[in-house]
Amino acid sequence: MSRALRFTLALSAVALFATAAAFAATSRTHASDTFVFGTEGDPVLVDGALVSDGPSLRAVNQMFEGLVGLKAGTTKVVPSLATSWKTSKNGLAWTFKLRQGVKFHDGTKMDARSVCFNFGRNYKLPGYLQGESTNYYWVTVFGGYAKPATGNPGPDKSLYRGCKVVNASTARIILTRPSSSFLAALALPSFAIASPTALVKYKADAGSVGSDGSFRPTGTFGTSNPVGTGPFKFVSWRIGDKLVMVRNDNYWGTKAKLKKLIFRQITDSTARLQALQSGELDGANLLAPQDVPSVANSSSLKVLSRPAFNIGYVGMNQKQGPLSNIKVRQAVAYGLDKKAVIGAFYGGRGQVANQFLPPLVEGYAKKGVPDYSYNPAKAKALLQEAGLSLPVTLEFWYPTDRPRGYMPDPPRNFQAFAASLEKSGFKIVPKPGPWRGGYLSGVQSGKAALYLLGWTGDFGDPANFLNVHFGAAGDLFGFNNPALFKALQVADAEPNLDKRTKLYEAASIQVMKFLPMVPYANASPALGFKKNVKGYVPSPVEVELFTPVSIG
Amino acid sequence: MARFVVRRLLLLVPILLGLSILLFVWVRALPGSTAQALLGERTTPGAVDRFNRQYGLDRPITTQYWAYLKTTVRGDLGTSVASRRPVTTEIRERFPATVELAVAAMIFALVIGLPLGFFAAKRYGEFFDHSSLFLSLIGVSIPVFFLPIILKYIFSVRLGWLPSIGRQDVLIDAEHPTGFYVLDGIITGNWNAAWDASKHLLLPAIALGSIPLAIIARVTRASTLDVQNEDYVRTAKAKGLAPSAIDRRHVLRNALLPVTTIIGLQVGILLGGAVLTETVFAIPGMGSWLKEAIFNQDYPALQGGILFLAFVFVLVNLLVDISYGLINPQIRVS
Repeated sequence: MSRALRFTLALSAVALFATAAAFAATSRTHASDTFVFGTEGDPVLVDGALVSDGPSLRAVNQMFEGLVGLKAGTTKVVPSLATSWKTSKNGLAWTFKLRQGVKFHDGTKMDARSVCFNFGRNYKLPGYLQGESTNYYWVTVFGGYAKPATGNPGPDKSLYRGCKVVNASTARIILTRPSSSFLAALALPSFAIASPTALVKYKADAGSVGSDGSFRPTGTFGTSNPVGTGPFKFVSWRIGDKLVMVRNDNYWGTKAKLKKLIFRQITDSTARLQALQSGELDGANLLAPQDVPSVANSSSLKVLSRPAFNIGYVGMNQKQGPLSNIKVRQAVAYGLDKKAVIGAFYGGRGQVANQFLPPLVEGYAKKGVPDYSYNPAKAKALLQEAGLSLPVTLEFWYPTDRPRGYMPDPPRNFQAFAASLEKSGFKIVPKPGPWRGGYLSGVQSGKAALYLLGWTGDFGDPANFLNVHFGAAGDLFGFNNPALFKALQVADAEPNLDKRTKLYEAASIQVMKFLPMVPYANASPALGFKKNVKGYVPSPVEVELFTPVSIG
Repeated sequence: MARFVVRRLLLLVPILLGLSILLFVWVRALPGSTAQALLGERTTPGAVDRFNRQYGLDRPITTQYWAYLKTTVRGDLGTSVASRRPVTTEIRERFPATVELAVAAMIFALVIGLPLGFFAAKRYGEFFDHSSLFLSLIGVSIPVFFLPIILKYIFSVRLGWLPSIGRQDVLIDAEHPTGFYVLDGIITGNWNAAWDASKHLLLPAIALGSIPLAIIARVTRASTLDVQNEDYVRTAKAKGLAPSAIDRRHVLRNALLPVTTIIGLQVGILLGGAVLTETVFAIPGMGSWLKEAIFNQDYPALQGGILFLAFVFVLVNLLVDISYGLINPQIRVS
């Protein structure tokens, strides 16, 4: 038997060695004009109108273009399919001059008719495709449908009234009320212009409603036949595996440097990191904060940071206890040790925020913002001025799970804040809860006095931050401030961009004086790349274009 | 035999029915809701209501279950809320990946585990025995999330020998008639694709197969030790039969019987382990899909996926029972 044993061992050793040698011979690099990017998930569909998640928007952004785009790395609106635009005096009609000679990937012409077709498509979507879960950005930005399904907003709630083909190269969008935030929203891949021919041919909006009430898209536009005007063209998509695109050689603008672009979905962040380290990926989205140092210290990899486009804040509900008193809210603001929290729990990727708008958003106030640096003595004094006896008891809600970009470690954020508030004349009652198991719904329905929350921008416009949160009375903050509502409404309606920015700067300061919450963190997400990757410009809105990217 | 099989198959009906009720209640008892999970922090109560109406989630639970049962019986498992695709389509695309992985893991576990256990028993109390016991102890006790990371670090990141993610290289555009990538490569004569798919399978198979390997090695060792002391082995020895012939004809054959049962039970461990293995190796199989479904509270996907896996599990155990009867004539007689 010992002979057999020895034989088996020798055989396995030989086999192992042979396999190892064979594997060692295989190369793990690919052609330098092919880029493999690791994403955090699969797109839902490659059809901008019907998606709102990051992976879908990123894919759509490579193959489609909107009337306007964003300057790389910023939220500044620049011409794209429209070369210029102007607003009517009453702010209701927006006339877009279109780029001439642009063709869709299927060879059809992009003109005013295609623009109006796409807007009309959103407005007239069938009932089963309406609503936030499928058509989020249309609902958020334009708010209504021509033929609303039961419960959905109708034409009376819609910002969009219609679209007019003035001539082949001029399209006019007509609104029901003046709004300027809608221009920035048009840069979203969700409002990109798709080929009307392809939308019809591949039945983009077709679907059936199952007996359980759910709908099932049956067309193939968003799964295997997306057609836009973008710098990359669709080749194939295998769900769970890869999405393959090639350069559009007939692109109207600067053509992509890469010949082939492949998105690979890897939900697990450690797996994404290891695939980057092993050379299987050229770049990876969203590095976990704890992985950033190992990429930064690697000789073959590098870290790029997205400009912060989020805000973490401590919310204060004015219907709860003494929080309706501005002095108490100020005391909370002075009682939060923001610097310590950012320093301890953000892995070097956070900055202390002094207002609700992140620095990159138009309307961010560079001066005149009240300073609420940590000052326990001042906090106590304010509470006494308010006529309260110390300590003042407050419930503080925090989520026990779900780290977010703006809040990598919620329980520890809470602990540090609770400790600094207790030094500032408060007695904190902790109220932990799972994010989806009652925390968020409790906070949103106004049950929490103090709470940890945040916001990541949908698009680069101050209205998406300020108006969304403080533009109307709501349960989240529990206040009614007509002066503030009015100021934000006026700012949003202002068509002149410079004037609008000034109005928002003032509004941002006004919010910080009224103090419905205490902003404390802007955090930058990190991406990892091979060192020889050039041209990738991280964008605050997270959907970078691969046109200028090259390897080597 | 036929009656035995039919009876076992009929037993499937109450099992699946009971399971479907449990599942239905369980996914609805999870904290939060599908609407909240998908609409995220931007949800408004109005949006949640609209979503629930759209997906029929506002109806009484008994009505929902009845509708679910009716469609399920027709072979329609509903539509995944997250991907908006039929659950049956998702299963059809993803199940082959999981089967391929589980089979590879099982082959790995058997090829290493059987000889390890057998020779350990033959060398009872010696160094080889102790070290194999130690190895299998490591096998069962190493955390399942840890092994893949270490394997990938050594073989992908450091040595660069093996891929760390996926089922096939991104630059290979192969046909997939069956969805079993290795098999597909062989059928279509695309040897490069088959070879590449096998390479992608190796690390996940080792990671997933380590626990079954340890268990198989231990069971084989124990049953070999038992059999070695049986009367018929002693008789064979007394008869003057060559030791290798005794091992082959008497010891090994009988020692393998309990191992067969273990293999059936391991299928459950493999399917459970696939959740983690597929996630860390970015393999688009049933496991990683169900993990996402839990994360998204995707009711139809969770219900359909788990029901399907339970069906497979019960079926595999039935097959094991049948094959057990075939290997062991005693059971057939009784």
